[in-house]
Amino acid sequence: MIDVFDLHKTLGTQEVLCGINLRITRGHTYVILGRSGSGKSVLLKHLVGLFQPDVGRVLIDGENIAGLKERQLGPIRKKVGILFQSGALFDSMNVGENIAFPLREAGLKDENAIQTRVAEALEMVDLTGEEEKTPDNLSGGMRKRVGLARTIVSRPACILYDEPTTGLDPIATDSINHLIRRLQKRLNATSVVVTHDMKTAFHTADRIAFLHEGRIYFEGTTEELRASTDPILVNFIEGRSGESD
Amino acid sequence: MVETIFKGVGSTVIRLLRYVGQLAFLVGETATSIRVAPLRWALFFKQVAEIGFGSQLVVVVTGAFTGAVFSAQTFFQFHRLGMDSAVGAVVAVSMFRELGPVLTALMLSGRVGASIAAEIGTMKVTEQIEALRSLGVHPIDYLIVPRILALLVSTPLLVAECVGLGIGAGYLVATKVLGVSKAYYLTNMLSFTTGRDIKMALIKGMVFAGLIGFIACEEGLKTANGAAGVGRAPTQAVVIASLVILISNFFLSFLLNIFFPAGAY
Repeated sequence: MIDVFDLHKTLGTQEVLCGINLRITRGHTYVILGRSGSGKSVLLKHLVGLFQPDVGRVLIDGENIAGLKERQLGPIRKKVGILFQSGALFDSMNVGENIAFPLREAGLKDENAIQTRVAEALEMVDLTGEEEKTPDNLSGGMRKRVGLARTIVSRPACILYDEPTTGLDPIATDSINHLIRRLQKRLNATSVVVTHDMKTAFHTADRIAFLHEGRIYFEGTTEELRASTDPILVNFIEGRSGESD
Repeated sequence: MVETIFKGVGSTVIRLLRYVGQLAFLVGETATSIRVAPLRWALFFKQVAEIGFGSQLVVVVTGAFTGAVFSAQTFFQFHRLGMDSAVGAVVAVSMFRELGPVLTALMLSGRVGASIAAEIGTMKVTEQIEALRSLGVHPIDYLIVPRILALLVSTPLLVAECVGLGIGAGYLVATKVLGVSKAYYLTNMLSFTTGRDIKMALIKGMVFAGLIGFIACEEGLKTANGAAGVGRAPTQAVVIASLVILISNFFLSFLLNIFFPAGAY
């Protein structure tokens, strides 16, 4: 589904990604772990063409999207949806309008069909009947759910999650983790989750990649990560900074 | 010392050139969008309402009171020379050629430019623009083109309104308050005001509309650093647009005077 070859990206003076190679297979959930500022979100945004690599290739279903112009990326973005860290809801629209937006932009005119699809998407994220609420009346968790409903309403083959549980309380985090898993089964979509939350990683992942100093430091299954004795991985999993009081 | 001055001047020139380049790029992208992408009419009419109807109060007050006070001041000077009847011509030509377009543009840069920069800037820092892109919607098509076109359509009309109210208010002050003869006022005004003055006002309005729109959109699109950046964007948009309007007006006046010379002949 997604192949990344030798991806390099420099932002300002800092080389954030230094030769990333990844293969994300169809129908699986792939978690990209790493410390804050390690370039996880930058990598994720390359997968939908929101960033262009300095060097390297990003293949979606065999088509290289590196170097494509904004207008050429439209068809690719119908295949790959992204849930942003903040939800990124359009604050000039209510929940229903936000979710209907991709359908209307795709040219769907039948208002009944649009409302049916919106209701279905809201049901999938456990927010049935919340169409009329405005984004400023939603909690952080609800914003992410609405953002997810907007992402899945046009049924992309791949869903990217940028820090889906950051800033949420433990209950909301658990709820989002279950939701990611449930959606993956229900839609049979390929999922890529960027997070630094180990609970989210172990709950949702089929495979895990660990990003460290701009490179993929580890790539394998959750069991392989748990069994690793590498000090960098162990410290990250156990949340140890190595500092003393 | 000399080196510091050169460095300061050099970096200012480079920043200015970079800014002009960014604006030119935005103009190019907008032109491409107008050519290849369908216009979102609903967004366009929403912006026309926002800019056109929403600016009524500032334009009415600006036009009426500027015309009124300009008429009074002109009368106070001309009365000593026995030229009361020339007040109408001076007020009308000034309103058409300079005061109407410039004051309307300055008011719009404050009201509309600031609002555009703040709105787009907020969308930028809250990832809404990236969300648009991720949904396959080009931000230029969705955000910039409707605003620019709405400004290009609304501003000349607002300039015309401002000029009309200014001339009307000037007439009332001169004839009802200061006792200038209605017949002489109108005769002189009509004989010295031509279609060239109207064209100049409308062309200036369109040029200023483009400047306000592109500067405000550019400031919004390059917003960064969260709330602080969103706070800075409208301020920058208003300051830059106002300065550019005032400076470009000087050159535009000379240029347009070649094509539309002043005077009744």
